[in-house]
Amino acid sequence: MGSIWEYANPVKFSRTAGLVLPWVSIGATVTLVVGLVWGFFFTPDDYRQGSTVKIIYLHVPSALMAINVWFMMLVTSLVWLIRRHHVSALAAKAAAPVGIVMTVIALLTGAIWGQPMWGTWWAWDPRLTSFLILFLFYLGYLALWGAIDDPDTAADLTSVLCIVGSVFAVLSRYAVNFWNQGLHQGATLSLDKEENIADVFSTPLYISIAGFVLLFIALVFLRTRTEIQKRRTKALLARERLG
Amino acid sequence: MISLLIRDLKLAFRAGGGFGLGLAFFLIVTVLVPFGVGPESSLLSKIAPGILWLGALLACLLSLDRILALDWEDGSLDLLATSPLPLEGVVTIKALAHWLTTGLPLTLAAPFFGLLLSLPEPGYPWLVLSLLLGTPALSVIGTFGAALTVGIKRGGLLLSLLVLPFYVPTLIFGAELARRGAEGLATTTPLLMLAGITFGVIALLPFASALVLRVNLR
Repeated sequence: MGSIWEYANPVKFSRTAGLVLPWVSIGATVTLVVGLVWGFFFTPDDYRQGSTVKIIYLHVPSALMAINVWFMMLVTSLVWLIRRHHVSALAAKAAAPVGIVMTVIALLTGAIWGQPMWGTWWAWDPRLTSFLILFLFYLGYLALWGAIDDPDTAADLTSVLCIVGSVFAVLSRYAVNFWNQGLHQGATLSLDKEENIADVFSTPLYISIAGFVLLFIALVFLRTRTEIQKRRTKALLARERLG
Repeated sequence: MISLLIRDLKLAFRAGGGFGLGLAFFLIVTVLVPFGVGPESSLLSKIAPGILWLGALLACLLSLDRILALDWEDGSLDLLATSPLPLEGVVTIKALAHWLTTGLPLTLAAPFFGLLLSLPEPGYPWLVLSLLLGTPALSVIGTFGAALTVGIKRGGLLLSLLVLPFYVPTLIFGAELARRGAEGLATTTPLLMLAGITFGVIALLPFASALVLRVNLR
């Protein structure tokens, strides 16, 4: 297998992604279907929240992914700036739209869940607010990608934006915490807390989280590969026009 | 460095349309707010710190694309990049010039606009202090945004979209400091946080601004 940097070669990456992609896609489909069906139809209603609790199987995984996708973009941006591997920059570009969709899903399901539970679609709760800010950061990042024609310049600028943005996103998180008290409960899935949710609920939740992760990996592989092929087509067309 | 600063200041004062515009915009925002929310002075004095901070922030935002765009168009930015002055210094001076022509006048004018919004008596020193501490951060962050978008034609809207999320922490602590000052609450925590953000941003962000400017100039 060798080192992970071998996959910085676009050909090698495309080939491996092509091999892995069907399996990851199948895995994502199976875990998502099992997790969501189990979660929606085969768990008991919560004694206080009734059946509304079941939206947790969409809300929590998408919220987790929204943050972790940004984190993955931060890592790939750093790799691009330090080692100049094009695949890394393309992976960040491929991940961003997935991340923004996850953020929107988390915000929407949160609103739908919050309406019956907290009696409001929206409150300026710290977590809600920080997710909205995260959404704005994704929006700016994508807009910057779209605004610049030269791919290397775009990759450089968006990488710096992602890194500086991460610092400011964390800062905003704590600023928002200071600014308003929250409605959200504490940790739900930490390993050592008494207040964790019961096992009946958590097993399908873990499965659907795994499903979201696999779905994300499949989408990023697919989108990165498409991006590589698009660049290759462009290069071939340019060569044809010259020759 | 100093000659660059003087050049930028002269350009801002003499070229017209730059210097007074921010202040005029700030005034208009302040005047429009009572039309929007109604003239009761109890409500106005409650929201005055936040409105003044928002107005100052938007006025700052308006003039951001002037920081680098004009120098980019006439080529003087290339000259500056090849001069012995490091690019980090150039962007710091640019941010300082921007602050002197927008942030500082806004800070000095804010108490008068506070009168229009019937800001409570004890709020004035805190409002001025919070703006004095916070607006440099707005200028430095704005310079980073301007450096990011300098190569893009008609990048003004994109610049706002990029910069506004970065303004969130400064706005929160700045407005909170002014509000707590106006209501006579403890002000130490937001004061320290605001100062921390401003000095951290001044110390670190010019490196990022210079980095993206180099990318745009290559």
